[in-house]
Amino acid sequence: MPLALRVVQSLSEAAGILAADSRTTLLSGGTLVMRDVNEGRLTDGTLLRVTDPAWRQIQVSGTRIELGAGATMAAILASRELGFLHAAARAVGGPAIRNMATIGGNLFAAAPYGDFAVALLALDAQVMVLAGYGSPRAVPIEEFLAGRSRGEARLVASVQFNRPVAPGDFRFLKVSRVKPKGLSVLSIAAHLPGHASRIGQARVAYGAMGPLPVRARGVERALEGKALDANGIAAARAAALEGVQPVTDAIASDWYRREVLPVHLGRLLANQS
Amino acid sequence: MAKVPVQFRLNGSDRAAFADPADSLLTVLRRGLNDFGPKYGCGQGTCGTCSVLIDGELRLACLTLAASCEGASVETVSGMADGPNLHPLQNAFMEHFAAQCGFCTPGMLTAAKALLDRNPNPSREDVIDAIAGNICRCTGYEPIIQAILAAARTLPAQRRS
Ligand SMILES: Cc1cc2nc3c(=O)[nH]c(=O)nc-3n(C[C@H](O)[C@H](O)[C@H](O)COP(=O)(O)OP(=O)(O)OC[C@H]3O[C@@H](n4cnc5c(N)ncnc54)[C@H](O)[C@@H]3O)c2cc1C
Ligand code: FES
Ligand code: FES
Repeated sequence: MPLALRVVQSLSEAAGILAADSRTTLLSGGTLVMRDVNEGRLTDGTLLRVTDPAWRQIQVSGTRIELGAGATMAAILASRELGFLHAAARAVGGPAIRNMATIGGNLFAAAPYGDFAVALLALDAQVMVLAGYGSPRAVPIEEFLAGRSRGEARLVASVQFNRPVAPGDFRFLKVSRVKPKGLSVLSIAAHLPGHASRIGQARVAYGAMGPLPVRARGVERALEGKALDANGIAAARAAALEGVQPVTDAIASDWYRREVLPVHLGRLLANQS
Repeated sequence: MAKVPVQFRLNGSDRAAFADPADSLLTVLRRGLNDFGPKYGCGQGTCGTCSVLIDGELRLACLTLAASCEGASVETVSGMADGPNLHPLQNAFMEHFAAQCGFCTPGMLTAAKALLDRNPNPSREDVIDAIAGNICRCTGYEPIIQAILAAARTLPAQRRS
């Protein structure tokens, strides 16, 4: 039977349908789902659309930021208050893709996609998840990503995180072979509180260095209490490869990704990227 | 499977079609409404030749669910000329040899229009970024970039977008 379409107004109704029927696929911006339809990889079941405008909202109140899962990369780029996220949003595809691609979809995109999810991981985001009818539950993003790889059917309502305190605390870098738009050789996001003096509780995350976006725990430890001077950066570079399992794909081999990661990490930390 | 009705404005005229529930906008435009301006290149979002404007925003018709366009305003390259008068971008593409085989041209023109509608005075970098999602296998891009920059220079005089 060919694909059917269902359109619902509320998020909670959509979450109920997703939880009850494993053959239902949520359509957000559709950049990955419609590809599967066009390629004949998705041929039966139901496509589910949600029209709730709240799903696309971006809310900034004080230091707390909430991005609706249906908000697009272009919406992030249109928000002056979210300037620190512009590099990560701009890293996703070309202009037409950015008008369509959503935050929610990026959390599900397989490597080498998922550049924005890497930024959310370094921001220690909470993913607001609806596992059926009811209200959303906050799940730490690392736990969420681990659940995703187990194929859990859940609806993401929004993501929440705190705004980095000082300009320059948050940095993002995507390395690609084709400019200005291309698939990731790798991406790196770093949240470096206190970077102007002594770093405390750094969060560093990589994309395309494993099947899922991963935290660079070795780098985070190496930076603790350090300044971003030559010593601090050398320590971070030395720990850059801890825990990584890069993918080999048409863009780069795992060997190449390992070779270049410390170089790019060093540049990002030195603000030379 | 029951067809779903879809209605939207296409290049200023109200149009309606029956679509399969999972049909892309590109399928409905080409097969349902006989608008052959936007091309089917890859069906994967990578080539950009299916680019259209939906409510003024650049989108890829091959990755847009047709049913999600209900009530929207869709502009394609077919609506760019004003009767016999070509759009300044179309003229500039001719004058700068920005089309060779022409397969990418509908998408290039549409992406360029999206840029100039927003930013009538773009820099070379703005132009490069605006067509970053469009692949051309013939021209090497330079004539296209030059054409878009040239069209931008003629815009204020002609007061057209
Ligand atoms: C040409 C092209 C270039 C691209 N370039 C990049 C790039 O450079 N970087 C990058 O990161 N990505 C890239 N992508 C991939 C993709 O566009 C993005 O990852 C995008 O953010 C996916 O979002 P979407 O809304 O389009 O997802 P959709 O296609 O709508 O959904 C993708 C998957 O996520 C699920 N899903 C979506 N939202 C939710 C939600 N709220 N709750 C639960 N499940 C959900 C869907 O059911 C589906 O399984 C590219 C894609 C294309 C076609
Ligand atoms: S046909 Fe849509 S991007 Fe190639
Ligand atoms: S003119 Fe042939 S692809 Fe651009």
